[in-house]
Parts: sequence; structure tokens; C-alpha cells
Amino acid sequence: MITFMNNSDSEEEPCNERTSLMSAESPPVPSYQDGLQASEAGEVQAHRKRRAGSSRSPNNIAGGEMPGSGVPVRESAPENEEEELTLKYGAKHVIMLFVPVTLCMIVVVATIKSVRFYTEKNGQLIYTPFSEDTPSVGQRLLNSVLNTIIMISVIIVMTVFLVLLYKYRCYKFIHGWLILSSLMLLFLFTYIYLGEVLKTYNVAMDYPTLFLVIWNFGAVGMICIHWKGPLQLQQAYLIMISALMALVFIKYLPEWSAWVILGAISIYDLMAVLCPKGPLRMLVETAQERNEPIFPALIYSSAMMWTVGMAKPDTAARGSSQQTWDTAEDGREHHRSPSHADSQMSETRSPVPTRPVTSLEELEEEERGVKLGLGDFIFYSVLVGKAAATASGDWNTTLACFVAILIGLCLTLLLLAVFKKALPALPISITFGLIFYFSTDNLVRPFMDTLASHQLYI
Amino acid sequence: PAFGLFLFTIARDPLRIIILIAGAFFWLVSLLLSSLIWFIAVKASDPRDERLQKGLLIFGVMFSVLLQEAFRFLYYKLLRKAIEGLVALSEDGCSPISIQQMAYVAGVGFGLMSGAFSMINLLADALGPGTVGIHGDSQLYFLTSAFMTMVLIFLHTFWGILFFHGCEHRRWWEIAAVIVMHLIVSGSSFCNPLYVGSLVPSYMLMAAAAAWAYLLSGGSAQNLRRFLLCK
Repeated sequence: MITFMNNSDSEEEPCNERTSLMSAESPPVPSYQDGLQASEAGEVQAHRKRRAGSSRSPNNIAGGEMPGSGVPVRESAPENEEEELTLKYGAKHVIMLFVPVTLCMIVVVATIKSVRFYTEKNGQLIYTPFSEDTPSVGQRLLNSVLNTIIMISVIIVMTVFLVLLYKYRCYKFIHGWLILSSLMLLFLFTYIYLGEVLKTYNVAMDYPTLFLVIWNFGAVGMICIHWKGPLQLQQAYLIMISALMALVFIKYLPEWSAWVILGAISIYDLMAVLCPKGPLRMLVETAQERNEPIFPALIYSSAMMWTVGMAKPDTAARGSSQQTWDTAEDGREHHRSPSHADSQMSETRSPVPTRPVTSLEELEEEERGVKLGLGDFIFYSVLVGKAAATASGDWNTTLACFVAILIGLCLTLLLLAVFKKALPALPISITFGLIFYFSTDNLVRPFMDTLASHQLYI
Repeated sequence: PAFGLFLFTIARDPLRIIILIAGAFFWLVSLLLSSLIWFIAVKASDPRDERLQKGLLIFGVMFSVLLQEAFRFLYYKLLRKAIEGLVALSEDGCSPISIQQMAYVAGVGFGLMSGAFSMINLLADALGPGTVGIHGDSQLYFLTSAFMTMVLIFLHTFWGILFFHGCEHRRWWEIAAVIVMHLIVSGSSFCNPLYVGSLVPSYMLMAAAAAWAYLLSGGSAQNLRRFLLCK
């Protein structure tokens, strides 16, 4: 599921009046959160080794992570140790996800605020053919709903396609697709982005330098994401491509369509991950049956995973799914459902390949980390970026959406620890974000403005 | 300074960061509700009546203060449950974070969010041309706003500690004192632009609250002396 989504996006090229390319945005794949996350707080190798034998019950990191969200489920005694560790490290996992999400949002907001290119309306994607320039409200609403339907159906088709490919083991095809999309993302979008930034700051750069810079950036990115590379660099690249993708979305989606799409995507995410026949769920289950890591694409992983004898692309960025791999389980217990990376993210999410499988011998040497699909990154950033771009309350609204998304992420991780299976990361956060955006923009802003003009403090 | 507080004391421990963000979230929700009430009141009233508008504004501010304190209480309840959960799950029976630390972090969370909301648009405007108070308003607008925000952030932090302590030990008068202090501070801001009326009492209250919180947290004059003399 995750992979599907991602791939589909990469294939299409952006199409707009300017470039006459079609932008392919793959539908975001719902992110799965793996409940196993709790079980592995794996920094301590000794613990890991010790736990190697014990049953891996996902620990409730929920307790650790979300204080106050209720008492975490108590596991049986043998699992208690794991639980405790998980609990302790549970909060750490949440932070490990907070940081990249925050960074991505910061990049997007900074760009939106400074580079005017991304807020100009220069045409629309081919996926959203209905324009929103109609005079009447009803017509506009209708157009945006139609746009959303088209977009969502594209995403569904892509996802199903990806799942089918995965089921029938057409790995080469999928890999090729992912590579192509990440290639396009890394080179083309970066070129456009760099061009706009240079234009904004009025810095001149000659073509040879530009070529050199972009070539290096792109080549290192490809290697890092698809093959091996230092974890931090890989994470940085994933964040950057997520931000680029989000910027493209912000620019090319008309206003109301963007909000309706965000809402629809969360609903779709919810259904695709949780329904028994949902494509993402099937993908996860298939991967689990085959004991393979889910596509090492489109997923952001926060830790490295070394597996025994298996090149598990644990650390590979998983598409928007959040999964915590229970590496200790050595792939056997790979019950983590891969989080889905948004298919859209496929473009942005170049498959993050596994970290070097050097420590094969260490059976349980794995640093459990949490995996989050790139699609999630992208949509969070789209929400915050849109808030920054279009809200008249400016920073207040942006800040409110930011906090709302982080809290949604926390809650989702908490649920992950409780349920211990892949969960969609989009719905809760996006719901909170949308609620806060609309309410802050319409309710809080006049209040704060009036207070500020009288210099009153509450 | 608040940001410095954040960096030095909170950023190390992930649990604290979560509590901080949750605290900010709670403040945000309280702000949302209070602005909802105000908005409804404004819409339902006559927009041309100046005095009524001002009265409504005052009402809105007071109501918002009360709501903030109510949410602080709710947050306290939530954190209590969380501590129980943490204790149950921890290895040696004691929670990795104490209620006082939580109180501190929650206070900082509230303060940061309130400060951010108060200041950030100002800061963004400050990047523009330098025309402060050109229409006859006070020229010290930015400066006083900055100081006021800072004092408010600190106050929120101290109030958090006091409030939680009061809830822990069931001392209702402590909680009432916090609420009253908050009302006084907000009320004093009505004296603006007569800045002496708002800044001075706020700072004095802050000093009082700081001392009180310090004593509550187990400090004493001796500790202070030892710390200052680097013994």
C-alpha cells in the first residue's frame, strides 16, 4: 500500500501552464503505525539480547509516551521488562518523530513565507481539472469536491496497482518506478526550487555552478536513499524531498480543493489501513507473510535496524507508514505492519534502503525506531504550509496548526502502542489540524487582534 | 529567556517535551473556547456601541483567564493519571518524572504558547518599516510588549507550580490565589498605555510568585546563598 502510492506519483510529471509537465502526485498512503513500536525500545543491546528470547510483546509505550492518556495496558510479567524499557524509550520515539516532522514543516513554512513563487497561482495539476475561479460559492464547492473525487480515485487506483504489483512479485518494476520518481523529484523539483530561491534573494548563479550543485545533490540523494548511506543524511534527504513535494502541492492545488482533499485523504487513510480489504492492509499483510520488509521506499525511519542475515530495510524509509520494526524479532516477527507511505509520497519518498546490514550477527541488535510514511510528512507540511500561506492571522494560525499536528501525532503513537498494529497516522493529526486552522483563523484571530491593538493580555 | 529555559531544562528529556507540547495544546484549546464565546457575544451585540464593545472585551478577557485556569486544572488531572500510569510501568516503582517537574513543564508550556500568541505577529510586523506609534500611540509599544510577554511567560510557569502544588495538597486557597493573581495581571493590562500601571504590578507579582514557588519546591534562603556563592 505504501509503496503503491508512492510509485504512482513519481511517474507523473507535473503539468502546468509553465512547464507543461504533469505533476504526478501519488496519493498518500496511509501510514501504518506499528504497534510493535512499543516493544522495541532497543537501544540497549544487552536488553535486546536478553529479550531476544522472550516473547515480543509489544510494549505499551503508550504509557510512556502519552502521560495521562490513560494507564497503558499491562502486559504479563515476562513482558514487563520489555514494557518498561519500551515505556522509557517510548517518549524517545515520539521525539524521534517530532523532530523530522518539525523540520519539514519549518522548511515549508520558511519557503512559503519568503519565496513568492509558491503562493502564486500558475495553473493546476491535471488531477484537479476543475478551476475554482467561479463566481458562486456553490459552484466553487462543487468544483472542489469534484477535484477531490478525482484525486482520491487516482490515489486509490495507484495504490491498488502497487499492491497488485507487490503481490505478484514484480519487484523490478516497483523498484524502477520508485527510482524514476525519486530521480525526478531530486533533480527537477530541486532545480525549480533553487531557481526560485535564488530569484527571491537576487543572487546570481551561473549555469555550470548550478549544474554542479544540483548534480551533486541529486546523485548523493539517490545513493543515500536507495542504497546505503549515513542515517542522518538519509533522513535529511527524505525530509527535503517531503518538503519539496509539499511545496508543489501547496502551489498547485486550488484553495478549497486542498482542504477538502486533506479531509478526504484522512478518511481514505483510515479506511485503507483498517478495513480488512483495504489495499494498504493487504500490502502489510503480504509483506508480513513473506517476511520481508515492506518496500524500503517512502518510509522515514528513525533508527537503524540491523538484522541477522537479512537485509531488512528497516531503517529504510517506509512510506508514510509508521512502523516500528521489531528488529529483535529478526524479521520473523515482523508483525509490524509497514506503515504506509503515501503513494504520493512515493515520489518524495524514495525508498530508503536499509541501513547497511553489517551487523548481521547481532541478533537483536536493533535499534528500534519508529517508521513513519513519507506521505504523512507531506500532508502535515501541506496543512501547515497552507495555513502559513493563506491564513490572514498569519503566524498564530500556523503555530496553532503546528501544535495540533504534533499532538495528533502523539495520540496516534499512543494508540499505536495500545493496539500494536499498523495504524494510519493521518486522520487524527489532520483532523486536529483542520479544526484548529479553521477555528483559529475565524475565531481567535479577531479576538487576538483586538487584544493586541489595545495591548491587553490574557 | 523563556526559550533559554526551554533549551536548558526541557529539551533533554523527551517526556518533558511531550508534556510541554500538550500543555501548549491545552492553552490553545482554552483560548479557542474563550474566543468563541467572545465572538458570539460580539456578533450578537451592536458593533457601533463603543462602550459595549469595550465592556465585552473586558468580559472576554476575564472569561479567558478563568478558562485558562480551568484548563490548567484539567491538565493537572490528566497528568495525575499519567503519573500513575508511568509508575505502574516503571521498573522500580517510581515514575521517571515527578509531579513538580511536570508542573514546571506544564507551566512553561502554557507560558510559551501564550507568549507566542501575543508576540509573534508583533515580531513579524517589526520586520517591516520602523513606524512605531506614529498615530499618537506610545512609542514604547514593542519594548513594553516584549517585557509584558516575558513576565507573563514566567508568571505562567510559576502559576503552574503553585497550582499543581495546591491541587496536590488540597490547599484551595493556593489555587484561588493563582486565579486571583492571573486576574489582577490581566486586569492591570487594561491600564495600557499607561505602562506603569501594568508592568510594575506584574513584575512585583512575578517576584512574589517566584519566591513562593521556590519555597514550595523546597528551596530556602540557605540554598540560594549556597548556590550564589558556588559552594
